[in-house]
Amino acid sequence: MLKLEKDTRHKVRFVLNGSPVSGWADARMLLSDFLRQELGETGTHVGCEHGVCGACTVRIEGRAVRSCLTLAVQAEGFDIQTVEGLAGDDGALNALQTAFRKHHALQCGYCTSGILMSLTDMFQRNPSPSRDEIEDVVGGHICRCTGYAGIMDAALEVAEAGAGK
Amino acid sequence: MKPSNFDYCRPDSVDEALSLLSEYGDDARIIAGGQSLMAMLNLRLAAADVLIDIGRLQELSECRQVGGYLEVGAAVTQAKLLNYPGLAEIQPLLAKALPNVGHFQTRNRGTVCGSIAHADPSSEIPLCLAALEGEVVLRSASGTRTLSAADFQTGMLATAIAPGEMITAARFPVAEQGAGYAFAEVARRRGDFAIVGLAAIARNGTLRLGAGGVAGKPAILEWQIEAGQLDDALNGFAWEMEGEDDIHATAKYRRQIVRQLGRKVLEEAKSCSS
Repeated sequence: MLKLEKDTRHKVRFVLNGSPVSGWADARMLLSDFLRQELGETGTHVGCEHGVCGACTVRIEGRAVRSCLTLAVQAEGFDIQTVEGLAGDDGALNALQTAFRKHHALQCGYCTSGILMSLTDMFQRNPSPSRDEIEDVVGGHICRCTGYAGIMDAALEVAEAGAGK
Repeated sequence: MKPSNFDYCRPDSVDEALSLLSEYGDDARIIAGGQSLMAMLNLRLAAADVLIDIGRLQELSECRQVGGYLEVGAAVTQAKLLNYPGLAEIQPLLAKALPNVGHFQTRNRGTVCGSIAHADPSSEIPLCLAALEGEVVLRSASGTRTLSAADFQTGMLATAIAPGEMITAARFPVAEQGAGYAFAEVARRRGDFAIVGLAAIARNGTLRLGAGGVAGKPAILEWQIEAGQLDDALNGFAWEMEGEDDIHATAKYRRQIVRQLGRKVLEEAKSCSS
């Protein structure tokens, strides 16, 4: 049994975007804060901190989840992907990111990394989702700039191409 | 905000979790998916001295059909149940209701039993459990007991879980031959908490309607099709729940949803029955 006491820092290890990483966390440290403050991966954004806005969405074991509703210590040993893991090694944007750029699916960009992670999970399970299925996924995010039209256009283009991997 | 300080325990078995629960008593909280509890901890609406994480326990991670029930272990996520092979035949009400539970992203981590333990009045899963007359399996260091949904949820965010107990499974009755099931809800936006959620079952000349989001816990109307005016029964049901005004909707609007959408969802259930 794992027992971690409060007021003590504990070593947390997991695989982030394909590479093993580690850092120190209190038991109560949120995964979102751990990614940003301990690991310096600031692509994951923090909005409401109670699971509503979707800005902090990352993939844990492939599944899009709220990193603000997950403790860093709960991520121990898992495979985690953040927005930093989407582009190729050469920095080239992937198909989904390219579609976002083409369709002006972002303005301030605060919600973008979370939406990209949710859509990436969806496209990996279903390369050609319907508009309704995309709306269900995008419905888990708050965007205050775009009115969602560009986001839907970008996702639909990727769905039509069936190339959202 | 950030949660207040706590110890974190990850037991390797249910027995270990139960001995931790009896050791720490009311200072401890069980966490599985954390999609309700973490939000409440972050908002400091809840505090725990010890968190006992059962989310990785293999023995709680299975869905299986046992004796007329679909038994869902306490670590099974809402997404896992929604994607359970054949769910639409095994229990159509769950297949229809689960897409309304939270968001895609919270269903990926939130558990079925966690939602039942949280007992939010507008929550879809406790509503389905009550409408289907399902059961909750509770374990403590001293034994196991099974409660009906009606006995389990005692009110708004209140349950019959005793100190030292935890939910290990929820049992949903599998669909009856020829019965029809339907679900509908009104929410401000997709994925929001339901203002009113409605679950309907039609079988053997009987209609059963469960309503969430009006009273403190799911309320049930049973009605014989031959008994006459459904509208009167729905109107009486809408008033009996004594819903109140809040920031989401007025009591009057809630009654109207029960009358209008209630009729629609019952008719849909009836059309699915044979």
